[in-house]
Amino acid sequence: MSAIDFQSVCKVFGEGPKRVVALDDVCLQIGNGEFVTLVGASGCGKSTLLRILAGLETRTSGTIEAAGKLVTAPGADRAMVFQNYSLYPWLTVMENIKFPRQLAVHTRDSTSSDVEVASGRADALLQLMGLSQVEQAYPVQLSGGMQQRVAIARALMSRPKILLMDEPFGALDAQTREVMHDLILHVSRLEGCSVVFVTHDVDEAIYLGRRVVLMAPRPGRIDSVYEVPLPRERVLNMKHTPEFLALRSQILERIRDTCGMRTDLELLQRLSQQAMAT
Amino acid sequence: MWKIRGLLSQRNYWTLAAIGLAVPLVLWMTLTLSDSVNRVFLPGPLDVLHRIETWFGEDNLLDDIGISCFRVIAGWSLSALIAMPLGLLIGNFRVVQALLEPLTDFVRYMPAVAFIPLVMLWVGIDEAAKVAIIFIGTFFQMVLMVAEDVRRVPMAQIEAAQTMGATRIEIIEKVIIPSAKPALLDTLRITMGCAWTYLVVAELVAANSGLGYSIVKAQRFLQTDKIFAGIILIGVIGLATDQAFRLVHRLAFPYLHVRS
Repeated sequence: MSAIDFQSVCKVFGEGPKRVVALDDVCLQIGNGEFVTLVGASGCGKSTLLRILAGLETRTSGTIEAAGKLVTAPGADRAMVFQNYSLYPWLTVMENIKFPRQLAVHTRDSTSSDVEVASGRADALLQLMGLSQVEQAYPVQLSGGMQQRVAIARALMSRPKILLMDEPFGALDAQTREVMHDLILHVSRLEGCSVVFVTHDVDEAIYLGRRVVLMAPRPGRIDSVYEVPLPRERVLNMKHTPEFLALRSQILERIRDTCGMRTDLELLQRLSQQAMAT
Repeated sequence: MWKIRGLLSQRNYWTLAAIGLAVPLVLWMTLTLSDSVNRVFLPGPLDVLHRIETWFGEDNLLDDIGISCFRVIAGWSLSALIAMPLGLLIGNFRVVQALLEPLTDFVRYMPAVAFIPLVMLWVGIDEAAKVAIIFIGTFFQMVLMVAEDVRRVPMAQIEAAQTMGATRIEIIEKVIIPSAKPALLDTLRITMGCAWTYLVVAELVAANSGLGYSIVKAQRFLQTDKIFAGIILIGVIGLATDQAFRLVHRLAFPYLHVRS
């Protein structure tokens, strides 16, 4: 049984002349514990698809099942990590990570031993994410990379079956990003949760994903799905292997084809020729 | 030195602030000491100080300050008591926003002074009337500011809570309110300033005590030194409350003042 099942999901924004089809007939199955990345040019609906799965956005038609249940609203079984500004600045790192414990969903029928377990889990996540040194710090005191570690730890606190990530490393510098890649691969394997990861960085998508789903704009849709021909265990130097590079250029080519970059280039050429002629 | 948004050391900041305050004072002093203007039109700083002294000694200055503070705080608190929950609803729910925001925007532009006859007619001429004027002057402004503070809470903070399974009540209670708190305190500080500016207007209504009333009465008797004294006292009280609010801000929200 798959962890996530999209059946003919459509999303339309606006009506009449302003009508935009953000998602057109999206079908996709994601397995238990699978790491899937969504890439595509801006406007291809990858973020919208993720947000519909999270329950933050409604769908116009179609069905989505997550962990065997129909998605109708946001839920603790589908934790999400945002690009930024999602941490609570008035709470310390530890308080942020323990935030889910303040919510009724997670404490409704908890016993005192559950509380102990939760506290142990918060400590374990702190260790795992390399945050022990900054336990009592406020988010503003941390670098962007450290802030995202806190956001990931908080998302994992309630043991979600599915982890959704919306360009979580988009605002980080390249070096920090590489560290975060290995960290998230390690953590997701350890936790055994399925991960749906949205990015516009093709390298990131291939390095992290077991499958890469390429989406195309106007209307937003799934264009193609690529199995990544790399071992499960990823190491940095795989980025230089022929398999990686071949898939990378194949995907980049396809993105250029689907987002209309080609016509733009022709126009540019024509314009510069005109400029030379005059 | 003139770099856009450049830095300035604490010492230089306060030196400049002292100069900024001292220069008008010195100008004022030399202007009055040179006898080029009539004392009735422009009393000197020493006249004003002397007036404050006699006001304190013979004219119950503390009573005037007390009753004025009471009116301002009463009108402002009443306004906060209603504006906070209402602003929270407007900022959180589009339905309430559509229902109330255009109305509030409309009323906000009506001059509070013009309500005096109506307030006298409806509320009477006792203490409640003065509080009502200050309330009218601050309330509508405050509602819109509170709503804006609530709307400024980053969507990602709210959505993160939703994906952790928070209910609507929990989101308001555990995310939106704590997130907006520093901005709300600033709104309270700024509207306190509005409340003080309406004091003189409020004390036009059949008052027989208060700083605003004293200013109006002094005007009738051409006691310009007392007008100056009243205005300066209001300024000093305002400055003191403002600083008190800033201190509370620093103590209540340490995370906004930590060095990163």
